[in-house]
Amino acid sequence: MSDQLVPGRPAGRTRARSVPLALAILGLLLVALSITSLMLGARPISVSTVRDAFLHYDPGMTDHIVVRQYRLPRTILCLLCGAAFGTAGALIQASTRNPLADPGILGVNAGAAFAVILAVGVFSFASITAYVWFALAGAAMAGLLVYTIGASAGGATPVRLLLSGVAISAVLGGIGSSVTLLDPQAFDSLRHWQVGTVAGRNLAVAATVAPFIVAGLLLALIAAPALNAAALGDDTARALGLNLSRLRITAILSVTLLAGSATAATGPISFIGLMMPYAARWIVGSDQRRIIPLTMLCSVNLLLAADIAGRLLIYPDELDAGIVVAFLGAPVLIMLARSARTKTL
Amino acid sequence: MKALTHRFPPHGRNAGQQVSFRIRTRTLAVCLALTALLLLLAFLSLTAGRFNTGTADVFNALSGQATGKTRMIILEWRLPRMLLAMLLGAALGLGGAIFQSLTRNPLGSPDIIGFAAGSHTGALVVLLLFSGGYYATAFGALGGGIVTAILVYVLAGTTGQQGFRLIVVGIGTSAMLSAFNAWLIQKADLEMAMGAAFWAAGSLNGLGFEQLRPSAVLFCLLCLPLAALARPLRQMELGDDVALASGVTVRRTRGLLMLLGVALTALATATAGPISFIALCAPQIARRLVGASSVGLLAPGLAGAVLLVLADAAAQHAFGRQLPVGIMTISVGGLYLLWLLIREGRR
Repeated sequence: MSDQLVPGRPAGRTRARSVPLALAILGLLLVALSITSLMLGARPISVSTVRDAFLHYDPGMTDHIVVRQYRLPRTILCLLCGAAFGTAGALIQASTRNPLADPGILGVNAGAAFAVILAVGVFSFASITAYVWFALAGAAMAGLLVYTIGASAGGATPVRLLLSGVAISAVLGGIGSSVTLLDPQAFDSLRHWQVGTVAGRNLAVAATVAPFIVAGLLLALIAAPALNAAALGDDTARALGLNLSRLRITAILSVTLLAGSATAATGPISFIGLMMPYAARWIVGSDQRRIIPLTMLCSVNLLLAADIAGRLLIYPDELDAGIVVAFLGAPVLIMLARSARTKTL
Repeated sequence: MKALTHRFPPHGRNAGQQVSFRIRTRTLAVCLALTALLLLLAFLSLTAGRFNTGTADVFNALSGQATGKTRMIILEWRLPRMLLAMLLGAALGLGGAIFQSLTRNPLGSPDIIGFAAGSHTGALVVLLLFSGGYYATAFGALGGGIVTAILVYVLAGTTGQQGFRLIVVGIGTSAMLSAFNAWLIQKADLEMAMGAAFWAAGSLNGLGFEQLRPSAVLFCLLCLPLAALARPLRQMELGDDVALASGVTVRRTRGLLMLLGVALTALATATAGPISFIALCAPQIARRLVGASSVGLLAPGLAGAVLLVLADAAAQHAFGRQLPVGIMTISVGGLYLLWLLIREGRR
């Protein structure tokens, strides 16, 4: 019990033994899914051809081009953005002590998406190197708003945060659609982006967002020990010498970097950040220093699996990863709402 | 003071009568004021527009003396649109008031519980997969909205913290349907997708008497049973036990009222596309004006009509180009919801 009062060292070691095993399984799954992601699609490609595409690249072979130009960027984006959306969710959940948090549901992705719509529809920026900055600014504003509501006296109840997310998304979505409805060209390019998909991006997109996402992930890892103390409540955390406002700023900054740049790359994808922190907690208990890295691993696997499933479900057509994730995640949200544990929160 | 006496009903027969009488006067005054405001706005919206018409023109047109272009513009373009705005606004206000009373939660409005996303899905399926016309789309929206509302209620269950569950289940269902909607829009060809997106914005553009007549008939048909259920609704606000004790068959009444609430909201959505947040805001505004926790149905209905006429006028004239009215209501209504949430947190 006394263990709980030391910041950064909460109880919850009962499951510690299973951690290496879980890591090994998830790591293997990651490798397997990545290879599968390079192989599967409207045009199935064998493992040996995939290997050749990397070792003996032949620009004349269609299969090699498909692997290097289409499936590789797609897989890399799954790795980057899966980790980004998942970790952003884990961070919001931990720093607002709110079990139903996710950058998508709370409107952070909507903030980024709105800014991208402005960039593309009003200012006619077509390149991600330009509109990623808009996305970051939009995510920052929405994130600040969420934290303002979350931090108001006594802390926000989960449902109030959720509703503020609904309100933020509604307002931004409304104004955003008035922009796109007036401009058919912007509408056309944005409707493909707005579903949330990793398909049809090139390596340059991944390279543009990679630095932001890596920075965001590092910040999240740095913040993890402090999040353990913050879980004990504002007063206790302060008594333990935790600088709460610094933690909040770190969290907002990290969430902004992660959700903003990932949304710019794939479009808004919800629910990864809701589900995967739960999965991670289920495996390792309540220590954020373990939850955060494990969430990254789980989220990457989830987005890879969703993207692969999307290619197979309505073969030879494709279902976008964002839709697959939403159809997995929304039932989870509903189940959480129905479960006894969250009812008391 | 008034709110206090209402919350803690004083003992004794006289005191009780006094309170209910005082509230009724204020409600009556608010309703009269809202009606006056509505008429004024309606008149103004008949005069306003790109084609210049003065007060005299409107009077002439309404009394049947105007001719030619003036007559056509005022009577055939502006009048049906204004009447539709009133009618649909009232329908949304009533639908919202019913839901908010039944869930005893200001946020239990059809917007939050996934109705809008469901009717959007229904309309998109009809528009994009079956390339249906206006009436088929309206029908699709109706079906989608009702199915979604039923689904959300069933999933939320009836026990425990109903409000909380209802809202979260509604958000989850909406999220799923929105993802599906985005996919449908992405798969369709550009022109069809633009058309669907315009529908989804919620607009009164291009609607006339042809749409007004069936809507008005339906609205009246829905209002008749609603008038009969207004009193049981008020008793149910005091709690199921109180209502049961005063002879209300709670289960059946709740089912009927929900059906009416859904139908009223669906009427507006089917006619004009999803017009968000009027159902949420109108009862809230009515409550603040009346100053009581129980406001009945008339004031929210009138408030809804005022809001939609106002929003439509703003959408038509305020930005130099015509915007869909749904975009006005979703932006302003969403900000209002945010304000409500922040204010609730400060308390």
